[in-house]
Amino acid sequence: MSPILTISGLHKSFGKVEVLKGIDLTMQQGDVVSLIGSSGSGKTTLLRCVNLLEDFEQGSIELAGQSIGYKQDGGQRRRLSEREIARQRAMTGMAFQQFNLFPHMTAIRNVMLGLIKTKKMPKDEARAIAEKWLERVGMGQRRDHYPGQLSGGQQQRVAIARAIAMNPQIMLFDEVTSALDPELVAEVLAVVRDLANEGMTMLLVTHEMRFARDVSSKVVFMHQGRIHEEGTPEQIFGAPKTERLQGFLANSEF
Amino acid sequence: MNYDFNFDVIWRNWDLLAEGLGLGLFLAIVSIAIGCGIGLLAAFGMLSRHRTLRWIAVAYVSAIRNTPILVLILFCYFALPQLGIALDKISSFVFTLSIYAGAYLAEVFRSGLVALPKGLREAGLAIGLTEFKIKTNIIIPVMFRNVLPSLSNNFISLFKDTSLAAAIAVPELTFYARKINVESFRVIETWMVASMIYVVACYVIAALLRRLELRLAVPR
Repeated sequence: MSPILTISGLHKSFGKVEVLKGIDLTMQQGDVVSLIGSSGSGKTTLLRCVNLLEDFEQGSIELAGQSIGYKQDGGQRRRLSEREIARQRAMTGMAFQQFNLFPHMTAIRNVMLGLIKTKKMPKDEARAIAEKWLERVGMGQRRDHYPGQLSGGQQQRVAIARAIAMNPQIMLFDEVTSALDPELVAEVLAVVRDLANEGMTMLLVTHEMRFARDVSSKVVFMHQGRIHEEGTPEQIFGAPKTERLQGFLANSEF
Repeated sequence: MNYDFNFDVIWRNWDLLAEGLGLGLFLAIVSIAIGCGIGLLAAFGMLSRHRTLRWIAVAYVSAIRNTPILVLILFCYFALPQLGIALDKISSFVFTLSIYAGAYLAEVFRSGLVALPKGLREAGLAIGLTEFKIKTNIIIPVMFRNVLPSLSNNFISLFKDTSLAAAIAVPELTFYARKINVESFRVIETWMVASMIYVVACYVIAALLRRLELRLAVPR
């Protein structure tokens, strides 16, 4: 089976600071990969490169057989057109740390927007899909509420529904519980766990180590812009090889 | 002081005053609508990546904001025709007031845009929207709701500024008040009533806009 996502030799700099120094990572359909590491290790930047919220200078990302963001044109590396990039972004779904719901739209309108504007779906069809997904994340009763009227956990669940309703090839989760009060973390993790169990391909950045251990098929430990150690959850959490990882885990809460 | 108040001439001419008030409101509404369009373009211009666009927008805003509005009105009405752009009184005034409103609203919109969390744009990108669709579906509607209170203030100022149209004989409230004043010599009565009409009108407009703000505000 060919991989759904292949990242090879990825380099990314912010000005003079190189934050990704050659990342190689492959994922099969249905894989759940957790990126862990201390802040500044580049894990969020890596995630954001996959849907081109960040440009990258070197290397390539291939998603479902398509080269993401750039093409080789007579030996020249060219950025794709904005329209083309927008289309590719819709192949990925992303949930953000700060939810980023559209505050002037009800929950259901938030989910419908991409279906109508990007996928050019008729309103009725979009509404049916949005209702289905809001139901699935347990937000069916609140579909007509505005984001400002929902708790953080509820907002994040709507945000996840908004991303996944687009039927993406892969879901990207960027520290989706970091902005939540502790008592709201569980309801969001339960939603993510359900998606994982259903075979959704997922790449997630997380500080929830226990959760990463439970849901991941692979865990990747990043340090200073490189993949420092990777393996199954049992290997990474049970028998960390490098000193760096051992130190990181010792300082993390379980 | 011995002055016999006599409002008869004013009551006899109430229809002129009402007509003048109506025209003033009309001028303000049309101007703020056009001004919003201009202001939006100028605000995006000021925040543009392109240096030339930025320069044009900033030049427009500072040129207009640093010119007294009466000078602008006279310039557009008397000087532009010499340059081959002849407009009738009302069009000329609407043109002036729109450009004037646009410069002030550009600043209002610019600060509204800057204040938006950048995650909104990213969330739009993440569901595959183009920059244009993000602006029209997310950025502008959210910003607009956030700046409604300052928009209301601008509208009320603009309505009061319509009194300056009297300078080019646009028949709005101040124009008619002056006419009644000149014909009747009821100086105190005329300007007292004209002032009261402005006060009441502004008060009512403010109350209506407040209700509109509440209805359109982002619910929380």
